Amino acid sequence: MFSFPEGLRFQISGPIDDFVNWLLVNLGGFFDAITRFILTIFNAIEVTLNIIPWWLMVIALFYAGYKLYSLKMGIALSAMLLSIGFFGLWDMMLYTLAIVIISVLVSLVLGLPLGIFMAKSDRTKRIVMPILDAMQTMPSFVYLLPAVMLFGFGKVPAVFATTTYALPPLIRLTYLGISNVDKEVIEAGLSFGSTPKQMLMKIELPQALSTIMTGVNQTTMMAMAMVVISSMIGAEGIGEQVLISIRRLEVGQGFQAGLGIVFLAIILDRVLQGFANRLKETE
Amino acid sequence: MENKKIEIKDLTLVFGDKKEEALKMLEQGITIQEIREKTGTAVGVNDINIDINEGEMFVIVGLSGSGKSSLIRCMNMLNIPTKGQLLIDGEDITKYSKEQLMDLRRNKVAMVFQHFGLLSHRTVLKNVEYGLEVQGVSEEEITKKAMEAIELVGLKGWENYFPRQLSGGMKQRVGIARALTNEPEILLMDEPFGALDPLIRREMQSELLSMEDYMEKTIVFITHDMNEAFKLGDRIALLKDGELVQIGQPKDFFENPANDYVKSFIEDVDKSRVLRVRTVMRQPFTLARKGESREAVIKKLESFDREFCFVVDEDRKLLGYVAYKDLIKLDKSNINEAIVTDVESLHRNAYLHEVWGKLDKSNYDVAITDKAGRLRGVISYEDAVSALA
Repeated sequence: MFSFPEGLRFQISGPIDDFVNWLLVNLGGFFDAITRFILTIFNAIEVTLNIIPWWLMVIALFYAGYKLYSLKMGIALSAMLLSIGFFGLWDMMLYTLAIVIISVLVSLVLGLPLGIFMAKSDRTKRIVMPILDAMQTMPSFVYLLPAVMLFGFGKVPAVFATTTYALPPLIRLTYLGISNVDKEVIEAGLSFGSTPKQMLMKIELPQALSTIMTGVNQTTMMAMAMVVISSMIGAEGIGEQVLISIRRLEVGQGFQAGLGIVFLAIILDRVLQGFANRLKETE
Repeated sequence: MENKKIEIKDLTLVFGDKKEEALKMLEQGITIQEIREKTGTAVGVNDINIDINEGEMFVIVGLSGSGKSSLIRCMNMLNIPTKGQLLIDGEDITKYSKEQLMDLRRNKVAMVFQHFGLLSHRTVLKNVEYGLEVQGVSEEEITKKAMEAIELVGLKGWENYFPRQLSGGMKQRVGIARALTNEPEILLMDEPFGALDPLIRREMQSELLSMEDYMEKTIVFITHDMNEAFKLGDRIALLKDGELVQIGQPKDFFENPANDYVKSFIEDVDKSRVLRVRTVMRQPFTLARKGESREAVIKKLESFDREFCFVVDEDRKLLGYVAYKDLIKLDKSNINEAIVTDVESLHRNAYLHEVWGKLDKSNYDVAITDKAGRLRGVISYEDAVSALA
């Protein structure tokens, strides 16, 4: 009487499984190509990060904090970076950073054009908006499954899951930035006979830049959050350290690694926000 | 007869989805308000016919929502007319292809905006350069022309500042300089001084007049301020609810207001302070050239029954006047020695109240000149009185 009738069943989990299987069978080559591509970029970024001496990174961060904010911020940020080293998390931090960077890059490549397209076409906007809403409310763990199905274990599915999770804010804010450009500024651009490309490159994108930078910041923060979770599907880095600590019930180790993640997040956030504020000042 | 630069023919502009329906309803004489309620479309401009002459300062005035801004945006196709034609130099720009339209916007028509429409990420110089930059002109030439325009509007020394560092008046100077850099034949100004405070506004008005005096551009100027309209306009069109109420010279509005709406609009306007002498002056009955023979000038004066006439050189530059009583006594074959150079003249952009002092000092008419000193017209005591009557 009160329980839902057993006979009334309509499930979509079966078709989704079938679809993923179909993808693997029919588009395996495509996913292999993506895997190779991501691995190549990942290695390039990791090598680059490893070439930079640790002390240079600390000094550069100090300088950025000092220039963008104040002497205090410079000291605080570089102290956080040093602590990550003291905790013995330096190499893992670089690994995590590499995944974050590549995810943000992929997000930019996908998100910028899509956001621009949404601002230009009302129909695209009406289709993409609800998808973005769904993507942002979906629990982040859910992204791990298709990632593993399509790309197996390791850093490539980690990049895939991280990018999928981190992409929406960038699309949303690119769209917002472009469609909020002052109407008279748009009219001015048109009235001097700009081509559509000139409108985009010389007026719309520069005017939307600080909003887009806010999007980059948010995307980076979400990537940071996801990269920790994606250690569950075989990504190394600081997240893995936390996972190991949980399994071994090492409270101190886990807390230390967690703090390292927090420090890295704060560093990324402050630096990116500093740049965004710089851009905002010019408006 | 002056050249028609812009001809607006039966122009109607409807915003919204159901344009055809709205047009039909307009033809049936249904009011704009009713059309909006029934179809959700807004009629911005309703069946307007206006001719704008070459070199004239044409002011379109009306309250907000009267369609004046919608109309001016049809002149560079930022708004696409729903019906009717808009001719510039005899060509219907509503039929232009994309390329032709781009060409028109790049070379012939430039626009100045109420809230300036400046690019906040660019310096003053880069803003002013924009119009030429999109055309792919060489960098040297762009900078040279932009600097000329910046100097013209009095912003020299500010070229590396950003718009946010400037006051409202200076921002609009940038807007004007940017529009002038393209050397357009037509300047569209959409309430350019609307966002400025009254003092700066008055200063910008007189500067625009003095610029206009030697630029000889066709200027279409939008305002909601009747005083501003009369001060600046050679001719004025008054719009209400997207329709043309009255068109004419400033003095026409005072002499023959079309209806009570016009009357209420001009009620608070002090005529002698807004009517410019250029709109009141008339052409002289006759003129003498420097070096012209004495007999010929005497004959001209007798045939027009005048006591004097002004003397100009080949370029119509005002030199002075000759009086009939002096010419009769003169024993030279040409008039040169009889020319009196002490002549009362007034710039054509002066306001009518300034003419009284000049008329008091002068025995004859007051000569009206432009910046180059060329004679443009004359005003007599009777002309001035009848303009204010």
